[in-house]
Amino acid sequence: MSAAMEQIQGHAPAAERPIIELIGISKRFEKRLDFIGKLAQKLGAPVREEIVHAVDNVNLSIRKGEVVGLVGESGCGKSTLGRVVAGIMPPSDGEVLWRGRNIGSLQGAEAREAKLRAQMIFQDPYASLNPRMKVQDIVGEAPLVHGMTTRGGFESYVDEQLRRAGLDPTLKKRYPHQFSGGQRQRIGIARALAVQPEFLVCDESVAALDVSIQAQILNLFMKLRADLDLTYLFISHDLGVVEHLSDRVVIMYLGRVVEQAPSEEIFARANHPYTVSLLSSVPRIEARKRAFATVKGEIPSPLNPPPGCHFHPRCPHAFDRCRVEVPALKEIAPGHLSACHLNG
Amino acid sequence: MVATLEVRNLQTHFFTRAGVVKAVDGVSFTVGRGKVMGLVGESGSGKTVTGFSIIGLVDAPGRVVGGEILFHGQNLARLSEEEMRQLRGNRIAMIFQDPMMTLNPVLRIDTQMIETVLAHTKVSQEEARQRCRDALGMVGIPSPEERLKSYPHQFSGGMRQRVAIAIALLHRPELIIADEPTTALDVTIQGQILAEVQKLATNTGTSLIWITHDLSVVAGLADDIAVMYAGRVVEDGPVSEVLDKPLHPYTHGLIGSVPSRNKRGEPLRQIPGMTPSLLKLPPGCAFRSRCDRATPECATPIELMELIPGRHARCIHPHLEEQVAA
Ligand SMILES: Nc1ncnc2c1ncn2[C@@H]1O[C@H](COP(=O)(O)OP(=O)(O)OP(=O)(O)O)[C@@H](O)[C@H]1O
Ligand SMILES: Nc1ncnc2c1ncn2[C@@H]1O[C@H](COP(=O)(O)OP(=O)(O)OP(=O)(O)O)[C@@H](O)[C@H]1O
Ligand code: SF4
Ligand code: SF4
Ligand SMILES: [Mg+2]
Ligand SMILES: [Mg+2]
Repeated sequence: MSAAMEQIQGHAPAAERPIIELIGISKRFEKRLDFIGKLAQKLGAPVREEIVHAVDNVNLSIRKGEVVGLVGESGCGKSTLGRVVAGIMPPSDGEVLWRGRNIGSLQGAEAREAKLRAQMIFQDPYASLNPRMKVQDIVGEAPLVHGMTTRGGFESYVDEQLRRAGLDPTLKKRYPHQFSGGQRQRIGIARALAVQPEFLVCDESVAALDVSIQAQILNLFMKLRADLDLTYLFISHDLGVVEHLSDRVVIMYLGRVVEQAPSEEIFARANHPYTVSLLSSVPRIEARKRAFATVKGEIPSPLNPPPGCHFHPRCPHAFDRCRVEVPALKEIAPGHLSACHLNG
Repeated sequence: MVATLEVRNLQTHFFTRAGVVKAVDGVSFTVGRGKVMGLVGESGSGKTVTGFSIIGLVDAPGRVVGGEILFHGQNLARLSEEEMRQLRGNRIAMIFQDPMMTLNPVLRIDTQMIETVLAHTKVSQEEARQRCRDALGMVGIPSPEERLKSYPHQFSGGMRQRVAIAIALLHRPELIIADEPTTALDVTIQGQILAEVQKLATNTGTSLIWITHDLSVVAGLADDIAVMYAGRVVEDGPVSEVLDKPLHPYTHGLIGSVPSRNKRGEPLRQIPGMTPSLLKLPPGCAFRSRCDRATPECATPIELMELIPGRHARCIHPHLEEQVAA
């Protein structure tokens, strides 16, 4: 374990290609003006096309067998980035490389293979499960189509997938609405794992589970990683879980990566002021009946991001340069990157 | 003084083809005015169904088959559908675990929110719009004016959750049942919302049932806690006592699984075994097959008992020895 950790956290041998690489990824959602809007604009009303800058120029590479935690404020673009990484949403700019090759350029069988190998467990278990399908088909259909199981082996394959995710296999003939929130989340987990992926994007995948079942799922993730070298992009707001699981942590703020470092490093020596404020506000089970704090400063909008450093309206250290110049993501210690002008 | 809500021996069962699912089978608790009760427990143990039973939204084949739900002393289980509708959204609100139960996917956010305001208060369209803008700002959504014109799918998961919270807070109800309301929120935005909730409880006397898996939120927010397992409350009491010195072996195991209480990189402690099927619960303690303190006596029916003043547990071999230490 510790030798493996060292290899992951230190500099990997040059021969080791990343399984997935993001180069200059941006994603914008544009809201075109409707007829009335266009008319109003012609008549001089201050309406304009609204553009949400969900992800802004993100570079990231993930090595095989690595667990990368992705953390950031609600609405900062984590799920969008996750969808782009999993190859289910095309970026507006930039390239996604799957084992060194552009995902967008893959054709036919190769494209299908890449799609199968990278799976995403969606944040919203309700919307992502077909309400008219029985659980056994939700979980077993794709493995059957792709030959991971046979008609004869179908039942026992599905049972095993459900049991692994902590669900009672006798419930497999039920429909999603007959399950509790956390049970539905586990159906989503079972479905993603059933096609034997190599790379898994987990989007708040254990958020709806009580801590004991959460522990069971996280232990399963870790076992699959040890046994099959599974790679993870693990999106979570639960910093305790992220710390426990991740080799490396990436912090996003309003569409941009502002800091990344090996897990131990970031929890011990956070550099970016956003990360520092984030880590200081983690509620602890030891803290009883306390007054929660409202957000200080203005929460910037991705519809109209502030110039310079996106964090400057809330940053206690902001100075003039921060309001005009975007800080570059620079290495401040081996493997530790931060985007803040305080670093020079 | 009458409590805002008193639930007595609530039973809600689903009559499915495979048999009767006793999703809630004898749940009791009390929430005082301006108090927050944390409802925690195993996934699938009946927390959401308990909430649905209180606001009268259990769908067929489910039915409240027993018990009383006293809201200011009035039994809600006896009210007509129309009387319940009057209460819902106005005096009692629920923040659903699935925000899309509150939000209509084909309507813009402003249409939905303004309609809610106008349904319960006589104000002008513009005044209603202003209230909605303020409510979105309160839950930390920037550019509220532009965002009001969006559809739910154009929001992030956490933003949808926050819109649902904003709608529930619009009318300052007397009771809010919040079902995993902040699961998808980062700690900063979560703090913002919890601060608003605390304000509401203190200033308006709103009572809350806060259903969550996040024990650190319960620790910081709630006055009392009830722990559910397999359709029943297995332990309740003041938050700090229950979290520091749990009596019931299930609560004990649950708290031990919190990641920050485990060593980094090592397997997390988990409670062994699986939840028994609600279709065929054995008589006696439902936790028996997973409990390291179980004895043959645990197979007899076990009631929720007051073991220490103000603290109840449904167990005949509770962790009492830890209670004296410290
Ligand atoms: N329509 C239904 N038909 C049959 N069983 C149901 C139905 N709805 C819920 N159940 C069952 O009732 C039990 C309680 O469900 P409930 O949603 O209340 O759990 P919960 O405590 O909220 O769990 P979670 O934390 O996972 O959301 C579950 O085991 C679930 O499978
Ligand atoms: N289909 C869409 N159309 C328009 N805007 C969108 C769409 N999907 C996402 N957005 C916007 O992109 C931004 C980033 O959303 P995303 O879902 O990636 O956030 P997130 O970091 O996952 O947040 P959360 O933690 O709340 O889930 C948000 O401002 C959201 O409103
Ligand atoms: S660049 Fe400036 S505003 Fe941004 S985090 Fe650093 S000090 Fe704060
Ligand atoms: S009653 Fe018996 S089986 Fe149930 S929790 Fe207590 S000791 Fe364990
Ligand atoms: Mg998201
Ligand atoms: Mg629930």
